[in-house]
Amino acid sequence: MVRLMVDAPAAGSDESAVDAFLQGGRPEEHPAQGEPSLRHAPGPYFGNYGGRWMPESLIAALDELEDTFEKAKADPEFTAQIAELNKNYSGRPSLLTEAKRFAEHAGGVRIFLKREDLNHTGSHKINNVLGQALLAKRMGKTRVIAETGAGQHGVASATAAALLGLECVVYMGAEDCRRQSLNVARMELLGATVIPVTNGSQTLKDAINEALRDWVANVGNTHYLLGTAAGAHPFPAMVRYFHEVIGEEARAQILDQTGRLPDAVCACIGGGSNAIGIFHGFLDDPSVKIYGFEAGGEGVETGRHAATITLGKPGVLHGARSYLMQDDDGQTIESHSISAGLDYPGVGPEHSYLADIGRVSYEPITDSEAMEAFRLLCRTEGIIPAIESAHALAGAIKVGQRLAADAAADAAAGRATDAGAASEKIVIVNLSGRGDKDVATAAEWFDLLDKDSPEAEIAKEGEQL
Amino acid sequence: MSTSQDGNQHTAQHASKSAAAIDRARAQGRAALIGYLPAGYPSVEDTIAAGIALAENGADLIEIGIPYSDPVMDGQVIQAATTEALAKGFHVREVFEVVRGITSKTDAAVLVMTYWNPVVRMGVDEFSRRLAKAGGAGLITPDLIPDEAAEWMAASDKYGLDRVFLVAPSSSPERMKRTVDASRGFVYAVSIMGVTGARTSVSSAAKDVVAAARAAGAERVCVGLGVSTASHVREIAEYADGVIVGTALVAAIRDGGVDAVASLTKDLSTGLTKEEA
Repeated sequence: MVRLMVDAPAAGSDESAVDAFLQGGRPEEHPAQGEPSLRHAPGPYFGNYGGRWMPESLIAALDELEDTFEKAKADPEFTAQIAELNKNYSGRPSLLTEAKRFAEHAGGVRIFLKREDLNHTGSHKINNVLGQALLAKRMGKTRVIAETGAGQHGVASATAAALLGLECVVYMGAEDCRRQSLNVARMELLGATVIPVTNGSQTLKDAINEALRDWVANVGNTHYLLGTAAGAHPFPAMVRYFHEVIGEEARAQILDQTGRLPDAVCACIGGGSNAIGIFHGFLDDPSVKIYGFEAGGEGVETGRHAATITLGKPGVLHGARSYLMQDDDGQTIESHSISAGLDYPGVGPEHSYLADIGRVSYEPITDSEAMEAFRLLCRTEGIIPAIESAHALAGAIKVGQRLAADAAADAAAGRATDAGAASEKIVIVNLSGRGDKDVATAAEWFDLLDKDSPEAEIAKEGEQL
Repeated sequence: MSTSQDGNQHTAQHASKSAAAIDRARAQGRAALIGYLPAGYPSVEDTIAAGIALAENGADLIEIGIPYSDPVMDGQVIQAATTEALAKGFHVREVFEVVRGITSKTDAAVLVMTYWNPVVRMGVDEFSRRLAKAGGAGLITPDLIPDEAAEWMAASDKYGLDRVFLVAPSSSPERMKRTVDASRGFVYAVSIMGVTGARTSVSSAAKDVVAAARAAGAERVCVGLGVSTASHVREIAEYADGVIVGTALVAAIRDGGVDAVASLTKDLSTGLTKEEA
């Protein structure tokens, strides 16, 4: 049953939000002890967020999807299929790797990386696409459509479609197609059709708009395989469900490897699917602090960023009520980030709720901070992270340093214990994807390319190969 | 509290302007013509002039669209027009100027068609207050379903505005009933599963959607999406209370300005009269 809801009044001007943020951010709140569980929130609403802000034409399809999903979750055959694919196709469980040399730069705390980069197709995205493609088959749909920014979700969707024998069409901004020509080729090798989107700003949000237009016209045989934990109900709760395995594994692995829960969990936030997946495992562990790191772009004070929760205001876009980067007229503002995967002006509604109740702290990480963390992980651990994940790494450095400072303050106050020492603090970082796709961007950023090379030419024009 | 489509439960000054306009056409033995124009395309002044031309050449209701950054229900022609209006600096508040400009010169009912976020941003109550003050009849809301419309239900009651929700070929009987019950003025029947844009023929689904809406209790049902010629209008006028034309009018103003809008409207209106039974 869908609950009617009332809109909250809009907050102050954009300028005052920036000022408030720069002066210390949103008020600190903590969930009271004994509160009901935050896990498995079913939607359609997460507090004041979520819902279905969608054309009537699509409501029947959303109802069908919700019904199919609910039945599938309760069907042992479906859950067994997912488990089998996760194990024998994606390569789960993904490792939890301690990053000892990297951790030296994070206040000396212990840092563990949840290695979603080791999954088939190179990121967490595979968890969701396999689940949704199986649901598409259950609904008797023969065609899936998807949006993609840098191409990661498009490649994952094309992969799942190839595996399950579905037709696949991927919408991608025309500019992104040009910048990501290798990913376009990957999708085509996998049998997908890539349609360049030339409408609007020609970015990820316009690719979503175009996918929605396709879905309205072809909903009879087509499932829209949305790539993140946003959109209309049931997408946010459903996409989270398929990614919950990240948090379940990480929680069990850290208990196994260290004998206790972590002090903090860090993830990057674009739409927020990798983050909600790992956060979910720890939402009901009050001792675990949870951090989401948004793309601060060139700096939140410049206006060129994708820090939706940090600076956005509640609004409705692509089917959900959530924080949104918008101007005073309610027009969506273009986001900016060196990371195409975080370059989205919206965010999943459950994150907006977790921000409002104070369970998760959301902070921006600039392009520069992310790239420094990117280089650091490459050189200390021999792991090239996705630039998206580098935002989480940069955030973990800050969190580690804060934990170390707290430990030092405790020691100075005579409260030092072995368990309180910085070297005993534990931080888990969700390494959501590998950085092979980002080599051209990184090479350009660090000025590693010959001036006249074709790669330099491409990197100059775009953000990524 | 439920409110009926024709506004029976409201005071006289809250009588539906859209329903009255449709009923006037009905009294003349014809369907109503509803024309769509995007505000600020190619300019606010042109939209007002074209709206007046619509009314003077046979349109009974006028639908003014607010250009929006993410128009998921619109096809290429309307997207191009609204993108251009935004690029030229259109502001949402200017829609009230357009509405006032048309209602002060004509007796057509003027509705605003808008995606929901611009209304949320201004504040649903404030937007409604300003629309009513400008003489507007109500809102057509392509991405707002009654399930999410509590605030709009309250504001539209408070300011006596029509709330035109959409029904589609995919709407279940339950949803059809719910949407018809929530609507006031008329119900917008989407003729086809798709987005706005001229099509060579009217989908046969349109007639079924109208029948389903009537079965759910709708007193006034108007058909839109893909309607672009007088022969389409004639076909739909046989079974619907109103015919909504959008893309063809946008193409007209794009290619021939206000004069082209006037002549297309005159031509479209020739299809309105119902055949004698």
